[in-house]
Amino acid sequence: MARHIVADAGEIPPGGRKLVTIRGREIGVFNQNGDYFALLNRCPHQGAELCKGTLIGLATSTGPGNFELTRHGEMLKCPWHGWEYDIRTGQSWCDPNDIKARAYPVTVEHGATLVKGPFVAETFQVEIEQDYVVIEV
Amino acid sequence: MKSVRHGGIDCDVHPALPGMAALLPYLDPYWQEQVTVRGIDGLDLSSFPTQMDAHGRADWREAGHKPGSSLELLRRDALDGFGSQLAICNPLYGVLAIYNEHFAAAVARAMNDWITAEWLDREPRLRASITVAAQNAEHAVDEIERRAGDQRFVQVLLLSQDDVPLGNRRYWPIYAAAARHGLTIGVHAGSTYRHAITSNGWPSYYLEDYAAHAQGFQSNLLSLVHEGVFAKFPSLKVVFIESGFTWLPTFMWRANKTWRGVRAEVPWVDRPPSDIIRDHVRFTLQPTDAPPTGADMERVLNQIGSDDMLLFSTDYPHWQFDGDNVWPAGFSDTLKQRVLVDNPRNAYPRLKEALS
Ligand code: FES
Repeated sequence: MARHIVADAGEIPPGGRKLVTIRGREIGVFNQNGDYFALLNRCPHQGAELCKGTLIGLATSTGPGNFELTRHGEMLKCPWHGWEYDIRTGQSWCDPNDIKARAYPVTVEHGATLVKGPFVAETFQVEIEQDYVVIEV
Repeated sequence: MKSVRHGGIDCDVHPALPGMAALLPYLDPYWQEQVTVRGIDGLDLSSFPTQMDAHGRADWREAGHKPGSSLELLRRDALDGFGSQLAICNPLYGVLAIYNEHFAAAVARAMNDWITAEWLDREPRLRASITVAAQNAEHAVDEIERRAGDQRFVQVLLLSQDDVPLGNRRYWPIYAAAARHGLTIGVHAGSTYRHAITSNGWPSYYLEDYAAHAQGFQSNLLSLVHEGVFAKFPSLKVVFIESGFTWLPTFMWRANKTWRGVRAEVPWVDRPPSDIIRDHVRFTLQPTDAPPTGADMERVLNQIGSDDMLLFSTDYPHWQFDGDNVWPAGFSDTLKQRVLVDNPRNAYPRLKEALS
């Protein structure tokens, strides 16, 4: 496991995402109202670019004809066959225990902490007074 | 009779109404006169022309009589013939196809009086489905309430190809009444012929009509699950009668696959359709669309993924097999026992008392 700086904290707006490549792996980094999540850009079903899917809410129901939408923007709908994944955990909604997208821990850290290392920042010039999005891969 | 296993529950036998004349004693004077004056002489469903070989096995026919119209023969050939401890009567008559819903309700009521007096009262091994006029759920519910006190009625009978798929809310009062009284919903193959009998329009030949029945059942299966009938009535069991069952694995796979992608449309379907089907829907044994070998059948049964879903049936007097070969190859003895007794008992709450 190594820690990779992948974005300036201000770079990904709330509801936005950024695709990064870390050691050959494409990973989608999502900002959900200040909470960051990262998923491998590969759907565990048949390998679509999952992180290019639409962010939607979670549809639930208390019975036929009842429609509720919660967790706005926290579910990722795969662009190929529409399976839904929880961006917080990578778990699929239809089969959460067996079908999971690979998820990575994300933190926002101060440049001052980061300069103490160890971290990888191929493309980043770390400034002590700035915040950065960091993924552990 | 080596292949016969005794003590089973035959979940599909067909006592035949000889004709409207047999119902006259059970109709009130107004409808008696309507039937007589208007010359309404027969309401047999076009799905089952009785002169066809398939709709009356040669050795179960009596010259000059409709197959299934004799209690003596049903006793000899179905009950004694297969050693069944109980058999469920599904009288097929055109009640559901009558446009006049008041007449339909009157005929339904007469049918239930007829089956009570002429079959149930004369043979303790018989149970029956309630005939209802589902054209109007109020009529149907009235009739269910009228019969519910008689524990020998174990099921409410509907047709597989009515005006709309069976998950439609139009039927929900019927399901509510059934659930309230521990009655099962039986869906028998057959069409009211008010719309094309395939989803692509009218076919030309009887063969197409008969073989395409599975299509109607499949649409109903999707409809019942996705309209949320089982979410609304969690205790309800539905029995598909003469639907075949070997098509289930691939159909359930397709339903599950589609659900995964578009399940937000029906959020009350909160687990794979196949799980809901396995919990709530049962299938009668005959006719079986059996694959070529017993090994193939074992594979299909394995893919169906549950030993609870099949119910023993002979489909008497219809001709689905010869002699006493009611069991297709590939059924183990353990599975046969489940199909004969355990599964019917669990599918029909009202049988529990008779069997305890
Ligand atoms: S590849 Fe993602 S749902 Fe099929």
